[in-house]
Amino acid sequence: MSEPLMVLHYDVDGTDFTVAGEASGAVKKVLKQLGVSAEVIRKVAIAMYECEINMVIHAHGGFIDVEIRPESIRMIHKDVGPGIPDVEKAMQAGFSTASQQVRELGFGAGMGLPNMKKYTDEMKITTEVGKGTIVDMTVYIK
Amino acid sequence: MIEKRCHSVTLDRPSCKGCTTCIRYCPTQAIRVQQGKAKIIDERCIDCGECIRRCQYHAKKAITDGFEMLENFKYKIALPAPAFCGQFSKADDFDIMLTGLKMLGFDHVFEVARGAEVVTAKMKELIHTGLIEAPVISSACPAVVRLIAVKYPDLMSHVAPLTSPMEAAAEMARREAKEKTGLKDEEIGVFFITPCPAKVTAIKWPLALEKSNINGAISIKDAYMRLAHSIDKIEKVEHLSVAGRSGVRWANHGGEAEALGIERYIAVDGIANVMEVLEKLEDDMIKGIDFIETLACTGGCVGGSLAVENNFVANSRIRRISERLADNAAPVPKLDGMYWNRKIEYKPFSPLDEDFSEALKKAARMNEIYAGLPQLDCGSCGAPTCKDLAEDIVRGKANETDCIFKLRERVSILAREMAELESKLPPSME
Repeated sequence: MSEPLMVLHYDVDGTDFTVAGEASGAVKKVLKQLGVSAEVIRKVAIAMYECEINMVIHAHGGFIDVEIRPESIRMIHKDVGPGIPDVEKAMQAGFSTASQQVRELGFGAGMGLPNMKKYTDEMKITTEVGKGTIVDMTVYIK
Repeated sequence: MIEKRCHSVTLDRPSCKGCTTCIRYCPTQAIRVQQGKAKIIDERCIDCGECIRRCQYHAKKAITDGFEMLENFKYKIALPAPAFCGQFSKADDFDIMLTGLKMLGFDHVFEVARGAEVVTAKMKELIHTGLIEAPVISSACPAVVRLIAVKYPDLMSHVAPLTSPMEAAAEMARREAKEKTGLKDEEIGVFFITPCPAKVTAIKWPLALEKSNINGAISIKDAYMRLAHSIDKIEKVEHLSVAGRSGVRWANHGGEAEALGIERYIAVDGIANVMEVLEKLEDDMIKGIDFIETLACTGGCVGGSLAVENNFVANSRIRRISERLADNAAPVPKLDGMYWNRKIEYKPFSPLDEDFSEALKKAARMNEIYAGLPQLDCGSCGAPTCKDLAEDIVRGKANETDCIFKLRERVSILAREMAELESKLPPSME
């Protein structure tokens, strides 16, 4: 893979729910300035937002590096949270570790990871229980 | 040089002090202050009127039509926006205000609220059919439609391709007038009494229609001025208030959504709030909603920058007086022009560069420049924020020394160098 022409770095505060979404919002703005197509912006924004929210809810925050190349946008989300015990299960639509109570509030629909997968062209999860998770997603620019 | 005008919002150069207040409030960062005067960037302006509201020197104006334009027509119809009747403190009856308006030189007054009822009926159908991607976004506020066209390309598919209440009312009023008078289309003048500049733009340079049905736009404040002098001269109050409550309440925020009689809607007013909701929708974070009412002005159309009365006061009045009205006016007529007849293209602001790799390099450079700026967003350079200055610099439209802090830094370096030089003596001297 070629050297990225632009790298954006964001710290995600894991203690404040109201700032979740700031990083994906900032990236969206940059992509619009670059003249990236609406479809690509949508895919990046949704995937990144889902992942950012997950980092806040499950992993006490972390950081995100966004690498922009002429052919792709890669988003690397790193956290030192609890890790995902069963990635395959977590990838299933509707699977959630959230309690019934949390679900009734509208969270934990079990669509986070499946949505990230759906909206990106490449997705790789590296995780270790008790150590943390890296979600590495790429969206191609056609 | 003849500039091709395409906006109602404009600058009155002599009044502008170059104070930078407007640049901070412009939602699309469409204003810069250069050589001591504000400059509106055409491709970015959405005619929301925020700058008109904020400028304490009244240097931002909306181009509207004057009453002299009425002379060009044999039969003149006024189309007051629903917000019109909320402007007057004494009148407790819409008929008084509408009769007063008619006395200003019109042959007839036809409420835009009636057009609103027609649009409501059509919108119900549209939501029901599911042809437009849910949630359906209202297209009633032309500033919001322009905002979406330049900033939220992905949301265009949610916008209802319906005509506006004023256009629907114009078609109805024209038809009625032709039947009644036997006059030709060009002999009938239809004038919208507008609360905002965005509507003026929608009439003169329509985005989604080939041509507007309306001949001119007179601001509420101009009509108000004249009416203030003549309202006590009304001898016989005519019955002109025909619209129902559901149409009249479109003047207030929430009115359009309430008229639909649906449960799952969002009604958002104020351009900054609208942008927040659109961002959320763009991120797929709004679920289970059928309809979004989006109005650029706080309080809805009563908050338009060409209205006179405080929007909260006007809102209360409209609510109270409209309480006595029937739900709807007569049965909804069938109109020819219910849908947009022009496709709205995504018209983003120019990217940093046409070539993507170049754009990327410029964006990276922009970040570097931004990192070196004070990030105080003081506006002294004429750009709204340090980020915008960084963007202007990579676009070749500004210099780093436009920043007074950067300039000071450079001056201080220069001063130090001069002091150093000054202390150096030629070897021949002691």
